[in-house]
Amino acid sequence: MPSDSSPPNRRGLITLAWLWVAAPLAYGVYELVHKATQLFTG
Amino acid sequence: MSSPPVAPAGWSRWLVPPAALSVHLSIGQAYAWSVFKPPLEAALHLDGTQSALPFQLAIVMLGLSAAFGGTLVERNGPRWAMTVALVCFCAGFLLSALGAGTRQYWLIVLGYGFVGGIGLGIGYISPVSTLIKWFPDRPGMATGIAIMGFGGGALIASPWSAQMLASFGGDNDGIALAFLVHGLSYAVFMTLGVLLVRVPRTGDGGGTASGPSGPSDLEGVQVSARGAVRTPQFWCLWIVLCMNVTAGIGILEKAAPMITDFFADSSAPVSASAAAGFVALLSAANMAGRIGWSSTSDLIGRKNIYRLYLGVGALMYLLIALFGDASKPLFVLCALVILSFYGGGFATVPAYLKDLFGTYQVGAIHGRLLTAWSTAGVLGPLIVNWIADRQKEAGKHGSSLYGLSFGIMIGLLVVGFVANELVRPVHARHHVPAPREAADAQRQQPA
Repeated sequence: MPSDSSPPNRRGLITLAWLWVAAPLAYGVYELVHKATQLFTG
Repeated sequence: MSSPPVAPAGWSRWLVPPAALSVHLSIGQAYAWSVFKPPLEAALHLDGTQSALPFQLAIVMLGLSAAFGGTLVERNGPRWAMTVALVCFCAGFLLSALGAGTRQYWLIVLGYGFVGGIGLGIGYISPVSTLIKWFPDRPGMATGIAIMGFGGGALIASPWSAQMLASFGGDNDGIALAFLVHGLSYAVFMTLGVLLVRVPRTGDGGGTASGPSGPSDLEGVQVSARGAVRTPQFWCLWIVLCMNVTAGIGILEKAAPMITDFFADSSAPVSASAAAGFVALLSAANMAGRIGWSSTSDLIGRKNIYRLYLGVGALMYLLIALFGDASKPLFVLCALVILSFYGGGFATVPAYLKDLFGTYQVGAIHGRLLTAWSTAGVLGPLIVNWIADRQKEAGKHGSSLYGLSFGIMIGLLVVGFVANELVRPVHARHHVPAPREAADAQRQQPA
């Protein structure tokens, strides 16, 4: 079985890579939640 | 032809999902095409059918390029595939910018629909095989993350494109500028995937392959793409996917008018903004189902999770048909569950294919299976729209417009359920012998 832990020198790259994709996705989810609340308020 | 990018020693497999996501979050923009429709119609004097043409052609090209390009993707590796996806998808936007700027609509159809559509198909299947090889212990979760990105792409693009058009203006120059910014931004964003993606080395990720051309699991079943389409298992799964997607699209395609019709005669009718909120909630369920249900399939098994999608999905449709107009929360809850199964069905199928056919050419087999999606994309809306129109002509209104459609959806889900029950392990005559590299690797191992 492979190890889930990554060498220390890759941690920065892993964080950067996940932030790269998570930031726009968080924006999309924020907009979605904002719109979805209209079902209960609109 | 390129050589697959083999991971250096110590490369983390957790770098591969963001590489896959950078591609899927980008190409998922396709579902937000509707944002461009009204300004295009006004600026270039198009009707609704004409303005839908680039999207429709893109989806057709998605299915065709995934089906016919799958073997090339397996042969040349994920970096080649992601590069092709980046070039085609972004070139499609640049051609569309030229088309909008010069008022040549055919250039938008050619660019976004044809060229961009090839990018969609190759991009969609590009990380699947690689993710399964890196995560042999959790293939459902790994492919679920990537395919969730395709659902998430529209969530990002929809508000982003709308804000851009509001800033640049809805005339042809504003649309051209928006297309240009989309093309350049997505090129930068997708570059991460091209740079980061690696295939596992011998011993990494639980696999033993040195590249994508050899089976990574010599112990398991390995079937070629050509061999897979000759098995009944492939066609059973084709039916399963087609039925599950048809059932989901049946709701997704008409969600806003459907909830409005269902409660039109109630004491609390649904407003246009509330219906838009319902559509947004369905998108969230679709996305959550992709990662949630697909990860669950690693624990309970692929056959069982499809029993859930198809069996409980049919039950949800039955509940909506019988009691949906009596309770808004029940209607919303059932629709959310159906949409989560719709997303889950997409995301779980690569892992199901891996279980049946091995990792040898799973990307190419997945590409061929996506023709079920194209078929469902026509079937689902056709059933719901055609029947609703006929019912309306017959003088019906409200929830009775959809009763027959829901009955048909239940029938389709039962057909899918039976097809899933018929899935058995692939017969040994379809298995391929391990290629030379894999055999060499096996010989080098101590006895």
